[in-house]
Amino acid sequence: MKKKNDKDLRHTLGILVENQPGVLSRVAGLFSGRGFNIESLTVAETADPNISRITLVTIGDERIVEQIVKQLNKLINVIKVIDFTSTDFVNREMALIKVKADAETRAEVLRISDIFRGKVVDVSPHSYTIEVTGNEDKIGAIMNLLKQIGIIEVVRTGKAAISRGKK
Amino acid sequence: MKLTGAQIFFECLKKEDVKVIFGYPGGAVLDIYHEMRNHDIRHILVRHEQGATHMADGYARATGKVGVCLVTSGPGATNTVTGIATAYMDSIPIVVFTGQVPTPLIGNDAFQEVDIVGITRPCTKHNYLVKDVRDLARIIAEAFYLARSGRPGPVLVDLPKDVIQGETEFRYPKKLNLRGYKPNLEAHPKQIERAGKAILSAKRPVIYAGGGVISSSASSLLHELATMLQIPVTTTLMGLGGFPAVLEKDQGTQELHPLWLGMLGMHGTFRANMAVSNCDVLIAIGARFDDRVTGKLSEFAPKAKIIHVDVDPTSISKNVPVHIPIVGDCKDALKKFIEFFKSEKLGDIAKKRDSWLSRINEWKKTYPLAYEERNDVIKPQFVVEKIYELTRGKAIISTEVGQNQMWVAQYYHFTKPRTLLTSGGLGTMGYGFPAAIGAQVAFPDKIVFDVAGDGSIQMNIQEMTTAVTNNLPVKIAILNNSYLGMVRQWQELFYERNYCATCLSGSPDFVKLAEAYGAVGFRATKPDEVEPIIKKALETDKPVIMDFVVEPEEGVYPMVPAGKAITEMLLV
Repeated sequence: MKKKNDKDLRHTLGILVENQPGVLSRVAGLFSGRGFNIESLTVAETADPNISRITLVTIGDERIVEQIVKQLNKLINVIKVIDFTSTDFVNREMALIKVKADAETRAEVLRISDIFRGKVVDVSPHSYTIEVTGNEDKIGAIMNLLKQIGIIEVVRTGKAAISRGKK
Repeated sequence: MKLTGAQIFFECLKKEDVKVIFGYPGGAVLDIYHEMRNHDIRHILVRHEQGATHMADGYARATGKVGVCLVTSGPGATNTVTGIATAYMDSIPIVVFTGQVPTPLIGNDAFQEVDIVGITRPCTKHNYLVKDVRDLARIIAEAFYLARSGRPGPVLVDLPKDVIQGETEFRYPKKLNLRGYKPNLEAHPKQIERAGKAILSAKRPVIYAGGGVISSSASSLLHELATMLQIPVTTTLMGLGGFPAVLEKDQGTQELHPLWLGMLGMHGTFRANMAVSNCDVLIAIGARFDDRVTGKLSEFAPKAKIIHVDVDPTSISKNVPVHIPIVGDCKDALKKFIEFFKSEKLGDIAKKRDSWLSRINEWKKTYPLAYEERNDVIKPQFVVEKIYELTRGKAIISTEVGQNQMWVAQYYHFTKPRTLLTSGGLGTMGYGFPAAIGAQVAFPDKIVFDVAGDGSIQMNIQEMTTAVTNNLPVKIAILNNSYLGMVRQWQELFYERNYCATCLSGSPDFVKLAEAYGAVGFRATKPDEVEPIIKKALETDKPVIMDFVVEPEEGVYPMVPAGKAITEMLLV
């Protein structure tokens, strides 16, 4: 049998919380206090300004993730927790990649960016900054290509996830 | 009409039927203290804020109501942390009000400022910083509701000075809107049926009950279920009193309840640990499979199908995988179980249970709880037995933490819920005495005993002033072995008898100490002095310290070494 690797144990959770001060700290504190992992975390207001949505990626076997979901639900300010992992969902993250771009490489950087449907959002004499959106694999792929040219700095947002609409 | 924050504070307490608060004033809460004269509420002035939280906790455990404390900002607030964590681990409903610097100063490192909401976030059920006086009434209402509902626990409300001084219309919310908090109290009938069928086919069932049985006032239902099906019962430390160790008619004798196994776990009885390890169905009710109960997890109840009733879903399958989970209030689940079994044909249950109960009886006879009786030196277990004999069924007993606590758990036969106050989860030395004071405040006419060690009693001895000035005649029995006894026992067994830092020579003369506080002190050094002194203490209407000078190197047995299976008991 294939050994489970980290990717198999990865769970993407959607957490709806009251939009109040300190809520993020309760969620983050729960993970650190109980020894759970946070791979990535994004948070922002939803369509309802009283509710925020956290998308959190964590690693753990079924039992640990079950405990994480229960513990999150136990927080008074948490309204709902969705484990996307076994469901049909769309997930995206955005990366801003500042990459070396001199006379020789500028064209190649643009080509790569185009292939990944990236956008150049800042230009300087020695660099381009590219905005690219996609799932983890896509971001990983463009980064691998740009690494060969020379990445100066990367900022990634972490994963945002939403379930697919009913068909 | 507009009210100030301080007035609203007292109006809210009135709505919550709070009769007493345990507190200590300071700059940030002066407006509340100033307003207090206009309200009919009893304030117990403590001598350390930790004492206030333990008193509120003891009050809550003894009565089932929410305990309340009020302290100032900064150090006043940080001093409550141990008491809050104690209540959190044992699921005790208290509401702690802390003062805070005025909102414009928050974050500026102001005098006596501390982020107490941040500090207590992991050890409260929930906490609040009130930023606007218009939110005050709603937040207090939520705090009380959260503290007592579902799985109970401590809630902290931080009150900035300008919020207390601010004014608004007072409206106490009739309905609370906590959309993220909906405790599931009702046990699912399908799960009850599944569990019920498993119990019916069980040959060797055991009930393992915890503090949840007490906090949901379900102990008489537990007794009904156990006797109906003739299932033996063990409890956790927190569950003691949830099942009668002695039947009422046997109070005069030493007869234990035929279904009573005693406490299980690290210092559990031989029969309880053997029964759990050999049972085929384990019915856990309001317990959480703590490591002091289970020992080595993989060998806990290895032959059993496990049924687990708990109001908190996170408790289920946290440590031990559960076969039949039942989320719900213990009381509701027990009621439904009893209804279920009433509609089933039970047959001759006594006959069916005969071989299992006689096997348990064998274990009981082979290794009963025992200690070597001596007439030259006082055995600590003997003191606990005497306290039991002289107070049985009538007293509230609190303990400190360590050997004193375990000897009480083993040798005091609790028969009623809410008669044992002890820090089970956190294991807080210094808990017992203030908790006893809190219980005595609630029940001025009851006998309240704190069984202490010479180490732990010194951790909150300052509350003797609180006891004396408020005429709270708590009786303290110090089992004085001049050691941190439990730690010494571990050093004896697992650290080459290297008694590093556990010898407590140099303690004060506890008799003189009692007298210095205006209380009464007695000392016993011989076994035949024990009973007369307890009797004298019971006749005294003041707080009493009884200093029992006991065998210094006595140990608590049975003992399961940490990490071992609970069948691997060290016996005497």
